[in-house]
Amino acid sequence: MADLAALLEPHIPALRRYAYALLRNHEQADDLVQDTLERALSRWSLRRSEGDLRAWLFTIQRNLHVSRWRQDRRRGVPVEMDEAVLPGVPARQETALEVHDVLAALDQLPEEQKSLLLLVGVEDFSYDEAARILGMPIGTVMSRLSRARLRLRSIVETGRTTLLRRVK
Amino acid sequence: MTGKDAAIREEDLQAYVDGRASGERLAEIEAYLAQHPEERERVALEHRQRAALRGQLENKAAEPIPPRLWITNIQAARRRRWGWRLGAAAAGLLLFTGGIGTGWIAANRMEMASGQPTSGTTAVAENASLAYRTFVVEVAHPVEVDAQHQAHLLQWLSRRLGKPLVAPDLTSFGYRLMGGRLLPSGSGAAAQLMYDDPTGKRLTVYVRAAEGSETAFRFQHEGETSTFAWIDRGFGFAVTGALQRDELLPIAEAVYHGLSGESPAVKKD
Repeated sequence: MADLAALLEPHIPALRRYAYALLRNHEQADDLVQDTLERALSRWSLRRSEGDLRAWLFTIQRNLHVSRWRQDRRRGVPVEMDEAVLPGVPARQETALEVHDVLAALDQLPEEQKSLLLLVGVEDFSYDEAARILGMPIGTVMSRLSRARLRLRSIVETGRTTLLRRVK
Repeated sequence: MTGKDAAIREEDLQAYVDGRASGERLAEIEAYLAQHPEERERVALEHRQRAALRGQLENKAAEPIPPRLWITNIQAARRRRWGWRLGAAAAGLLLFTGGIGTGWIAANRMEMASGQPTSGTTAVAENASLAYRTFVVEVAHPVEVDAQHQAHLLQWLSRRLGKPLVAPDLTSFGYRLMGGRLLPSGSGAAAQLMYDDPTGKRLTVYVRAAEGSETAFRFQHEGETSTFAWIDRGFGFAVTGALQRDELLPIAEAVYHGLSGESPAVKKD
């Protein structure tokens, strides 16, 4: 029991970060992480011991997120972004406009692109691991990553144009 | 795209953005970017956005883990649910839990699944054993009120039980009072006092109203847990611990004398 906690707990901060980036709501993010941990505990014996624990946990969490998101869509429940107020990004920097709130821009990406950028760019999963977590062919990861970043750039760019127009 | 440039592909640039290009390949990519200012700028921008995203999420991962995500708490909640199913199936014990701490809303029916009424002591022993298994593993909140507030604890539990309660002194067995908690039971409230020894081994004394006139000790062994239960003047008592029968018996006798004997009300530490 104690060693299970010792094994799992080091991964919780990253699971919370990933969940928050997906949901942008602290409570809902912790709900998702809690469900992830419960599922991990209930399936602990089914886990292939040689597999990577971190990747396994992220796979569970991502799958839970996707199935819930589908459920919400079926029910027609709008997914509220209750944290539309953005964490402070210093606006005085030269680069502030082009990177201004990438997290918010990320919200406008499809879930798969969003997850890919987070798993690779924030959680430091290898390309192969990210592909496995997201259930995509390994050969397509790089092109998908490239497309996701292209799209993110254009969203940020659009945001910047709007912002500049508003400033004028 | 000719010559060396032809070798550089989008995936190389993505790896460069992620800082995962290395060695000779890295040098080739850098040489390529030196020749292609537009690409260079684009790659640099993607790299800055990547860094910005990490920066925005940095604090989230630095937050302390909230108690509801502590593995021990999730395990305890799972055990309570499991206990519910087990209890409902095996003993007709209906138990619903929510939250940690006072979150017990329990009702029990003293009937076996077969419809055979169980004796009062058996039900007390089962309740006590379940409560033991639930809270003895609790790391964060093993007790609601700790032994430092013993007077308050006993007064509170006594009032809720409708019986003056004393905390039996088990120091001669090496057990020290940790504190106690109030639990619901079918007919009213139940009290659980928890003790531990220097090695962290825990045992509990459980008290609730109970019908019946048995006064004999009833022994029950479940997994690693042993329980002695008895009924005395309208109240059921149980002593539960991860101990062998012979180890637990003298403790149960001491509790019997200290708790339901003729000389109560002496407050002990």
